[in-house]
Amino acid sequence: MTASARPGTGTATSMIEDTATTATRIRSLIPGGPGTLLGPAPDVTESAEAYADVGGYRYTGAPADLLERIADAGLLGRGGAGFPAAVKLAAVRDGDGVPVVVANGEEGEPGSVKDRWLLRARPHLVLDGLAHAAAITGAAHGYVYLSDPYAAGHVRRALAERPTPLPIEVIETGHTYVAGEETAVVRRINGGPALPTAKPPRPFERGVADRPTLVSNVETLARIALIAARPDLRHDIARTTLLTLSRDSGTDLPGDDSALLTEVPYGTTLGTLAAELGAADSSGALMGGLFGGLVGPGWPSLALDHAALADAGTALGCGAIRFLAPAACPVAAADDAVDHLTAESARQCGVCVSGTAAIRDTLRALAAGTAGIDAPERLEHWSKTLPRRGACGLLDAAAAGTAGSLLRAFPSLVRSHLGAPCPVCASRPPSGGHRLVVPVPHVADAVPGTEPFPHLCPR
Amino acid sequence: MKLFLDSTRCQGYGLCQEHAPDLLELDEWGYASVVAVDVPPEEEDAARACVESCPNSALRLEN
Repeated sequence: MTASARPGTGTATSMIEDTATTATRIRSLIPGGPGTLLGPAPDVTESAEAYADVGGYRYTGAPADLLERIADAGLLGRGGAGFPAAVKLAAVRDGDGVPVVVANGEEGEPGSVKDRWLLRARPHLVLDGLAHAAAITGAAHGYVYLSDPYAAGHVRRALAERPTPLPIEVIETGHTYVAGEETAVVRRINGGPALPTAKPPRPFERGVADRPTLVSNVETLARIALIAARPDLRHDIARTTLLTLSRDSGTDLPGDDSALLTEVPYGTTLGTLAAELGAADSSGALMGGLFGGLVGPGWPSLALDHAALADAGTALGCGAIRFLAPAACPVAAADDAVDHLTAESARQCGVCVSGTAAIRDTLRALAAGTAGIDAPERLEHWSKTLPRRGACGLLDAAAAGTAGSLLRAFPSLVRSHLGAPCPVCASRPPSGGHRLVVPVPHVADAVPGTEPFPHLCPR
Repeated sequence: MKLFLDSTRCQGYGLCQEHAPDLLELDEWGYASVVAVDVPPEEEDAARACVESCPNSALRLEN
């Protein structure tokens, strides 16, 4: 085993080539420094043996020492909220009762593919991370929660390949926008529907079987496993992130949109990312999945940094970024995003049912050129009064994330939509979010010709 | 004392706001939102009354 082949390492010459067979390409953008999650062969599923060969399943140190390293590295959760991983682990450990740990791979954001890719390509890395989380918190039971049947097949095979001391159950759910929200995860594992519940309590206080429950994004767990294998590289591991980049071409011509799964250091600018996608001429971008909303003029200089993005009124979220080509209209993009969110509302909270519909109808009228003169004022009002009103963040994504950011990033464009139909919006009515969907990159089995679960993933 | 609203239960009866106008607001659709999660001591009786008034048990208090 060479040092450069261990997890958390890479070399300047290991820039990964595009995988030409997939619609969504995969390429690391980590310059010179250690590649972390993408690994040397991101388009092939890693076996238990291959993972062990690169240093996996080796950690024998004390769980408390690993937690200390995670804290020192400043690892932030990768599900969207960016909460410090070590703080969450410690809270679950210190809760009342024997904890439960959950690897959350249910990726509801239509523009994100990184979690499903990770489970398909590197299931052992996630399972190793889950075992570390169980050791740190003192959990006696683990779950892998997901909706992608192909990923579920890979995880089940990984568990059969290398049984773990920790009992781990795979829980499959339907693929919806809210199914991966942490209280929805707990409710589903407890036997209910995958729908959010009111907070408090949060899962770290009372979750699966009323026990303190860690619901952790699979990329976060994978980074914990990398830190365990290479504590010397913990800062680099914590300071890089997976991203799903895509481009709204403004047309519905087949093949005109492109997408890239990549890994970059925090601090990389949006301009650098757009250039990689051939989208440097974009008018703006839709950030964070749908939580960060739209960014407009000046977007290329924005750096991927939680604090800097928050200052700019946006968010990294789960790392899904969609660039808007000059031919695309940000109003149409907002219209489509809210159309999707409205359709995906769990319809549990009256304020979400009414609020998302009101925003959708107002954006629809704006796109059609039939909105009243007070439309921007109404959107502004909802963007300020509706966030934090629902049991989950879906309404926030529609109100502040999308509508509020549209007004802030493109104020004159919004005014130009009052009373005059926009030809771009007219040519691209909302698709229910269909256009926002990025295809998951294809991951081949390690041995050519032995697709493990062909019936699950027709190609 | 903290006042929590379970928005999945709120059906917009609006009775809570009658009992505790300084703790809750109703939006344009009639749904409630808590404006003072931390209940001031002088509002504790009103908070109890509004919790009891909800026909759908959407409100609760925690010390």
